[in-house]
Amino acid sequence: MSAVIEVKGLVKKYGELEAVRGIDLTVEQGEVFGFLGPNGAGKTTTISILCTLLRPTAGDARVAGVDVSHDPAEVRRRIGLVFQDPSLDDQLTARENLELHGRIYGVPGALRRERIDELLAVVELADRANSLVKTFSGGMKRRLEIARGVLHHPQILFLDEPTLGLDPQTRKHIWDYLNSLRKREGVTLFMTTHYMDEAEFCDRIAIIDRGTIAALGSPAELKGRIGGDVITLAVADVPAAAREIKERFDIAPLAANGTLRIEVADGASFLPRLVRELSMPISTVSLSRPSLDDVFLKLTGHAIRTEGASEKDMMRNMGRMWRGGRR
Amino acid sequence: MTTAAQRTTTVAAPLSGLGGGFLGAVYIVWWRDLIRYWRDRARVGASLAQPLLYLVIFGTGLASSLGGGFGASAPGGAGVSYTQFIYPGVISMSVLFTAIFGAMSIVWDREFGFMRELLVAPIDRAAIAVGKTLGGATQAMIQGLILLVLAPFVGVTLAPLVIAQVVVLTFVLAFGLSAMGVALASFMRSMQGFQVVMNFLMMPMFFLSGALFPLVGLPGWMTVLTRLNPASYGIDPIRRVLLGSSGFPVERFAISIFDQTLAIPVEAAIVLAFGAVMLLVAVRAFQRRD
Repeated sequence: MSAVIEVKGLVKKYGELEAVRGIDLTVEQGEVFGFLGPNGAGKTTTISILCTLLRPTAGDARVAGVDVSHDPAEVRRRIGLVFQDPSLDDQLTARENLELHGRIYGVPGALRRERIDELLAVVELADRANSLVKTFSGGMKRRLEIARGVLHHPQILFLDEPTLGLDPQTRKHIWDYLNSLRKREGVTLFMTTHYMDEAEFCDRIAIIDRGTIAALGSPAELKGRIGGDVITLAVADVPAAAREIKERFDIAPLAANGTLRIEVADGASFLPRLVRELSMPISTVSLSRPSLDDVFLKLTGHAIRTEGASEKDMMRNMGRMWRGGRR
Repeated sequence: MTTAAQRTTTVAAPLSGLGGGFLGAVYIVWWRDLIRYWRDRARVGASLAQPLLYLVIFGTGLASSLGGGFGASAPGGAGVSYTQFIYPGVISMSVLFTAIFGAMSIVWDREFGFMRELLVAPIDRAAIAVGKTLGGATQAMIQGLILLVLAPFVGVTLAPLVIAQVVVLTFVLAFGLSAMGVALASFMRSMQGFQVVMNFLMMPMFFLSGALFPLVGLPGWMTVLTRLNPASYGIDPIRRVLLGSSGFPVERFAISIFDQTLAIPVEAAIVLAFGAVMLLVAVRAFQRRD
């Protein structure tokens, strides 16, 4: 095992705004590494720096053994990218899209054709190779982009929210393709997501919030940081209930989205006591094993939140409407 | 894992060559634009509607009130009809609009389209700017030249040599405008700026270009604006070649600066130089990294 991504003290400022505030991390070859956090946490900024689309304000980043500031072109040759928004040409066929990519990355003719056929088979688009991409569903487009991303045998495939906007079943499929590609190609996967359930597929996860890494480890390790079980409680007066629980049981509950979350070592025996002793009526209560949502909440003190729509988000929505309307 | 790593190294070697080289990348960007253009024939047809409206309705309407002797040297002498006068102007309008609209698509394409794929590729971004400019120019040129089929209806005869000259001059105009569009698009971060470009640049450029009225005997301020407009120097030679060859007296409408009538090659050189400067601006903007 050797490191394919090494990041030290990475900072990115946009004027006064600090989007990334000192990130350190190492990703090993062959790993599936997840970057988990809400929109606006600095995920896309970090991935953009690693892919040489943005210059870091400070800090070092080596990707596939090359410094992103010194030789961006060489970094680009060694990585593949799948963007948050589709970057296929939908007036071209699936094969033409791959053909263009192969030419741009200088994959020689015979090898290119062989590789295109091979990858179209892996993502199960061989029968649609000569159809225009505009006739594809969201999931098919994403599969094609993934195939394109690995066409030139990159050492690392970066995926920025690869399953955004796809239905759960399609998301599951995308993961199957990614896993089979990882086994075939030995490619390292570096991905961002804000779906907690997807982070479970990763070997290791970095939880990023407000430009810094709040925690880093395997999903199991991170969940182990929660001391046992999680009880979620809905009551009419959340602050009053929080005070009462603190006084009576000496446990500090977390308030989120109008509910209270309580971490306890043995939830099954604590729950009846809580229901019996709490002086106010409880509308709903549930007991669960800790999820990554709970980890995130505990580490950052707030639930995964979505910030206000940026200009880019508005343009993106406009585009969806426009594209939808044309069909 | 080891085998995969080895495979990576063996394939990476030929890649580190040149990635198709600069011209290869220009060609790819250009080729993609043309394929898209060819596949979108419905739009090509629809975009001819506006020039036809100008020519048939606007042209006929004004020709009726201006009379046939428009531009005649003496009352009752031979002149051109207004429809004939604006025919080269309408061809140029088609070039202008196609070139600018085509370039504006970059703004969208960069955030949500294939342009992103190009921008992250290990190619010199200058190649993207050059390829986009040439791709847009080729489309704009074709869009303008399609209107040559109307020549018989306007009473213009097309000799092979005239066609050859018009093709070259149309490409020169298309190149200048496409380069300007790409340069503008490279500074725009959202489509919101598009309306501004449309209202404060494209329309004034079109109106002040000599497409719709001769650039002679205008008030001083307007003369200055028309002479500052690069499109003027692109449209004028097309008119002189297209109508002049059919014996229409259009030399008197030719652009003059300080009473000197500009020769056609000089006009073409001005447009080419303008295009080259704009392309340089676009290349610089594309190569910038935040």
